[in-house]
Amino acid sequence: MGAGIPADLGGLPSAFTDGRISRIVYEAGDLKHWDTSLLAFVVRLERAAKAHALSISRDALPEGLQRLVDMAFAVPPGSGTKERRSEDGLYVRLGGLVLDIPPRFAELLRFQGALVLSFWRLLRGKSDMRLEDLLRAALECGLHALPIIMLTSTLFGMILAFMGAVQLTRFGAQIYVAGLVGIGMLRVMGPVLVGVVMAGRTGAAYAAIIGTMQVDEEVDALITFGISPMDYLVLPRVLALSLMVPLLTLYADLMGVAGGFLVGVFMLDLPAHAYYQATINAVELRQLLVGLVYATSYGVIVSLCGCYQGMRCGRSAEAVGKAATSAVVSSIVCIILATAIITIFCNLVQI
Amino acid sequence: MNGAAAPSCIEVRDLTLGYGDFVLMRDLNFTVRRGDIFIIMGGSGCGKSTLLRVIMGLKAPVTGTVRYGETDFWRCTEDERQRLLRSIGVLFQGGALWTSMTLAENVALPLSRYTTLNEGEIYEQACLKLALVGLAGFEAYYPSEISGGMRKRAGLARALALDPHIVFFDEPSAGLDPVSARNLDALILQLRQSLDMTFVVVTHELASIFAIGNNSIFLNNTTRSSDGGGDPKELLRNTNSAYIKNFLTRGAAGQEDGHA
Repeated sequence: MGAGIPADLGGLPSAFTDGRISRIVYEAGDLKHWDTSLLAFVVRLERAAKAHALSISRDALPEGLQRLVDMAFAVPPGSGTKERRSEDGLYVRLGGLVLDIPPRFAELLRFQGALVLSFWRLLRGKSDMRLEDLLRAALECGLHALPIIMLTSTLFGMILAFMGAVQLTRFGAQIYVAGLVGIGMLRVMGPVLVGVVMAGRTGAAYAAIIGTMQVDEEVDALITFGISPMDYLVLPRVLALSLMVPLLTLYADLMGVAGGFLVGVFMLDLPAHAYYQATINAVELRQLLVGLVYATSYGVIVSLCGCYQGMRCGRSAEAVGKAATSAVVSSIVCIILATAIITIFCNLVQI
Repeated sequence: MNGAAAPSCIEVRDLTLGYGDFVLMRDLNFTVRRGDIFIIMGGSGCGKSTLLRVIMGLKAPVTGTVRYGETDFWRCTEDERQRLLRSIGVLFQGGALWTSMTLAENVALPLSRYTTLNEGEIYEQACLKLALVGLAGFEAYYPSEISGGMRKRAGLARALALDPHIVFFDEPSAGLDPVSARNLDALILQLRQSLDMTFVVVTHELASIFAIGNNSIFLNNTTRSSDGGGDPKELLRNTNSAYIKNFLTRGAAGQEDGHA
């Protein structure tokens, strides 16, 4: 066979068919070391020989190898194992996806219903939620998020100011950058920014934490003690994030306007007091309040998506990763949907 | 607490387990008497843990009933279910301790929920329960800071926190060295004697099965139903099933057929 073992059977099988060969004999006198790649070759060769009714003698092979070959032929391939699931066609898969929608939707509704019941228990003072869990969750998603919110919102305010300045300086109307940044940040950009950062930072963490608790049977342990995981794990996180996102949004608004101020004063050479005055004139309380409505809805969305994905997490490490990813993706999609809905509504009622 | 007079504690009737369309086990009928150490045994993947999850209320059965005394677990009111859950304790396979809490807090959480003790008394109780499983001095440790065997023992301390009537064990000896596993068996026997508890244990550890079990059910994954049950020693002596004989003798019966 030369120096190595041929990767496939080369031209041999065709030689089998033309009838010139009737018997195969191995020669293994010089064989010193071998591994299972030789076994694979022998098995393949013998299978091909069997298919063409050739006799084969493996007396010359090492005894250990002969035993392994016998073992390989003892069990016909595939017997005793489950049949591998065949690949479904496009239409079957598409149909499967559509059929999957109603039960998924029902599951989501059940989760939301359970959360409402949990909140109702809290109002009646019968909840398993502990105040310290709420405070800890609020500290984690609120205070600890301040640095990243400061960084992103300041930069975002600066970017808004630059983008506006490019157009507005052509008309010598740089001063309107102040209004652009102020209204833009307060009304929608501040809340969206906080929502997206929280989806990546906190929503994913919720899914991963609760998902890992599912894997380690910690959630089951709560249930067997009669402690509702909705009350104990989900409710404090949903409340904490729904309260903290509006507060973080106020902070992000302030930082964004400050970012715009920096660009206005140092890049566009606007006088500081003029920028300040222009901001005050342009921005109304209404815009801030609309922004807080957006923010509160994002807080609810991100915490719901995170906790929901965590609670329905499967029992493997891979499932935890999937849960975290789905939490972020579904949060961001829902944030954009909610933004569209609220914006259209605001337009209709002229706020 | 032995003999026919022992009142039934858990009654399982016509139980079918499954996931979706897939039936795992069907027609399970058995009774756990008060004071039993009841073993659920069977080959890997035959549904032992699933059966346990259904009995302790974590997973709904496909059909059939699980009764605790007079109460049907899957058809009772929320208050009744809460009362039932208060009277059971569970040791999960990996301990399932709440990782964000210290060992003492783990044991204290059920106590603070179900009792009117003050904080000092609860802490004292928690320390006592930890000492019972040989973890005195580890009260302030977090689950991530102790070994797997210790986590298991801490899980047992938590399962015993509310002095339950029934304790469930999911593979108690998995991951324990032989001596620790034996000590756990001794602890179970001791608890049954001194605290009048009933135990339901999922295991395929033969040494444990014969050392502590006095009642059992055997799940067969080829017939997808139960092959038999009762005292494991008598089961081995009286059974006609080659599969059970093989299982309970570690395969020795299969090789020396006719010699037994």
